[in-house]
Amino acid sequence: MALVLKQPSVLPGFGLTLGFALFYFSLIVLIPLSGLIVKTTTLTWQQFWHTVTEPRAMASYQLTFGASFLGALINGFFGSVVAWVLVRYHFPGRSIVDALVDLPFALPTAVAGIALTAIYSSNGWIGSYLEPLGLKVAFTPLGVLVALTFIGLPFVVRTVQPVLQDLDKEVEEAATTLGANRWQTFRAVIVPELWPALLTGMAMAFARSVGEYGSVIFIAGNMPLKSEITPLLIMTKLEQYDYAGATALGVVMLVVSFVLALMINLIQWWSGRRHTAS
Amino acid sequence: MSTEIAARVRNEEWKASLTSESTLVRWTLIAIALGYLTLFLFVPLAAVFSEALKKGLAGYFASFQDPDTLAAIRLTFIAASLAVPLNLMFGVAAAWAIAKFEFVGKQILITLIDIPLAVSPVISGLIYVLLFGAQGWVGPWLAEHDIKIIFALPGIVLATTFVTVPFIARELIPLMQSQGREEEEAALTLGASGWQTFIRVTLPNIKWSLLYGVILCNARAMGEFGAVSVVSGHIRGLTNTLPLHVEILYNEYNAVGAFAVASLLTLLAIVTLVVKTVIERKSAPSRATQDAEWRMQPGSPS
Amino acid sequence: MEDAARESIVSIQVDHVTKRFGTFTVLDDVTLHVQTGELIALLGPSGCGKTTLLRILAGLERPDHGRILLHGDEVTERRITDRRVGFVFQHYALFRHMTVTENVAFGLSVLPHAQRPSPGQIRKKVHDLLSLVQLQAMADRYPNQLSGGQRQRVALARALAVEPKMLLLDEPFGALDTKVRKELRRWLRRLHDELHITSILVTHDQEEALEAADRIVVLNQGHVEQIGTPDEVYENAATPFVYQFLGDVNVFHGRIAQNETVPKETHRQPPAERDSSDEHEVTFVRPHDLELSRSRTTTTQLEATVRLIIIAGSRVRLELMSKDSSQIISVELTKERYRELRLQQGDIVFVHPKQLHVFKMPGPSSM
Repeated sequence: MALVLKQPSVLPGFGLTLGFALFYFSLIVLIPLSGLIVKTTTLTWQQFWHTVTEPRAMASYQLTFGASFLGALINGFFGSVVAWVLVRYHFPGRSIVDALVDLPFALPTAVAGIALTAIYSSNGWIGSYLEPLGLKVAFTPLGVLVALTFIGLPFVVRTVQPVLQDLDKEVEEAATTLGANRWQTFRAVIVPELWPALLTGMAMAFARSVGEYGSVIFIAGNMPLKSEITPLLIMTKLEQYDYAGATALGVVMLVVSFVLALMINLIQWWSGRRHTAS
Repeated sequence: MSTEIAARVRNEEWKASLTSESTLVRWTLIAIALGYLTLFLFVPLAAVFSEALKKGLAGYFASFQDPDTLAAIRLTFIAASLAVPLNLMFGVAAAWAIAKFEFVGKQILITLIDIPLAVSPVISGLIYVLLFGAQGWVGPWLAEHDIKIIFALPGIVLATTFVTVPFIARELIPLMQSQGREEEEAALTLGASGWQTFIRVTLPNIKWSLLYGVILCNARAMGEFGAVSVVSGHIRGLTNTLPLHVEILYNEYNAVGAFAVASLLTLLAIVTLVVKTVIERKSAPSRATQDAEWRMQPGSPS
Repeated sequence: MEDAARESIVSIQVDHVTKRFGTFTVLDDVTLHVQTGELIALLGPSGCGKTTLLRILAGLERPDHGRILLHGDEVTERRITDRRVGFVFQHYALFRHMTVTENVAFGLSVLPHAQRPSPGQIRKKVHDLLSLVQLQAMADRYPNQLSGGQRQRVALARALAVEPKMLLLDEPFGALDTKVRKELRRWLRRLHDELHITSILVTHDQEEALEAADRIVVLNQGHVEQIGTPDEVYENAATPFVYQFLGDVNVFHGRIAQNETVPKETHRQPPAERDSSDEHEVTFVRPHDLELSRSRTTTTQLEATVRLIIIAGSRVRLELMSKDSSQIISVELTKERYRELRLQQGDIVFVHPKQLHVFKMPGPSSM
């Protein structure tokens, strides 16, 4: 009785809106998702372990997580440069570029997949220049990396950009009046401010890339053990009516997603705590 | 006059040396940023239209004569027209409850709403197959009553809805939280009913974010590939949405057709981005003025 | 020779400095000399150019015309780092990811290797500075764990760490509440008396300038209105602007028949509104320079009605309406005087100035 579940308020509609939101969300998201977990319990531990550690699955993890990680690193660096340039410099077409950064959010993944395949294949606009250098992108693991880099592109830019924007110019001036040169100011004053946002952005890009399906399958070549990502392996098992196998892999992916989401929340909590009174 | 200009240039260099970088560093960074974006954004974007128009305008428009393409367009619209209003209702209800009230478990709810974004689209489809598929929990019962969900429209709508659940709520929650509840409380003290308060006070404050949320939700609903791919069954002319149709055409080596359909979806994405940019300028004049001030600052790097 | 003697003790010299932002002239031919060890206040309304002047001195902006000399050396084109100035920002500009200690040590830690003190020396120096600003206990805190006043003291310690030849303070107490602001400006004054570092304090708060500064430079729309000691500018305002900016004032429009220089204790009737042609005179009287009586004692007194009585602490402010011109006159009395007079709303009183100031203004009387 002493537990106060809701603080009193004069505004109406709490029961109705929260009730509807919870009902709807449970129906569409929570119940179906928990179905996945329950379904796993019909597998024995041996079955589950065998499915998720067979060589084909292991190879797919390696590719999925490896390429996602590399993609996040690439985006970490270039995304920061893009955010910096968009906030700090003015150049022709800046606002168009700024708007287009969100394209991977808005563009259907299948479209991204076929477009990237077209330009990075051996007779494509970019692929035809890379081929003579011995670089094959389309239908190789490198293609997976290209697709995942595309998918993760906006995350770092969009997390770092507002931090840069809110950065107090006076703080940089203060560093200058204290004798710091530009590089010292950047390293000692600006980077520590950007760091949490950069980590968050990279973790978000990584999380998104790990689950990505649409843009990858066109460019990857999808060779088992070589260029097959985990979501595709789940798809393949489904098409073979191996629901148990698909479910086992699905649970692995789900656990990874939750761990990543938790990590992102932790980074944000940690960076938020640093700047508010404790 | 020329000395005035010279003086201004000197001032700019002066300022740049303090809180900005040398011209060389500046242009190098701009070149790196634009080079990267060109490689991963601009070229793919241009490729969509270039490939679609490879056989000229006639070839391009011929792609839309195909009845299967028209069926895919129709199905995509139907799915979006069901998923978006459902998620709109959810988004507004959830945002109202979260932003205007204090209750136990609020933070957990906010975190939960993002789940569909964290989950792989393949898994989003998989969970419905496990639930409603032939071997699923309610599958046998559905078969008995001759109700088709998987490999049919309801499955497509469900998967689309799942994937786009968070979009409107995510736009509204932070905005409504920052706006607080004072205005609504004022309206109530002035005798407005709850519904009047929402329509006349809350809604005008959130309309731009709401609009953007709807448009983004719609773009994602029409463009969803992975989740829909799992539940659709790829029956041409029946359970094929536009993105799935792109895949089929592409795998049949009908590149022009695939890219023509893809160009429709790309235009949708571009429209979404334009709307986003316009709304951002409208709803955040503070940021625009801040920008203007930055520009007015003499010697800001340009 | 006199010039040379003065030169030696002048540490900051601003020579005919002009600065424009676009078409807007922020500073218009400003000339200013600051003596070594002096605390100068740059006082003016927002937009008068005081902050820009400070930023030009620091090297954060560059003047369009004119020169800046520090200790006789021209530094107009010299980089900020070569000027050895300490700058204190209005919003502190502390590095929020660094502790108080790290903030104060920053300037020393970015020195070139050859000049950089050893870690031990830096530690000692930071410790000394923190005790100077009375913040030893806060050494390991982060800025967001400090109050506004404490933050500004950290910012000051940080600026002092590099042993600047001059200290520039840009509205340092502007973001603080009144009580802390008063405490801090007295503390700053004491600190200045201890360190004698040449300092320039930018402020829009006349009370702050009057209380803390050795001399005040009043700026208005990019030009210097008056330079003088606090007493000079307050008692002997050079222009109507200065008069009005430094405290409340009653303005009476109209011509005065006699000579311009008004001796103290003039017994002259504040002139009523009258037509005038191309020149008119304006009389300024501070509210506390008006004397009230309940009955007419001289013919020069102005008859007025009490409209409003505000008792604010030890002072009582009255709002009167003059009988002839319907002008509102504000008067400030001590509580004792107010009790003596037993004033009530609607009472008729007779006003006469103890001290007033007359300025000739161009153009017909319309202000």
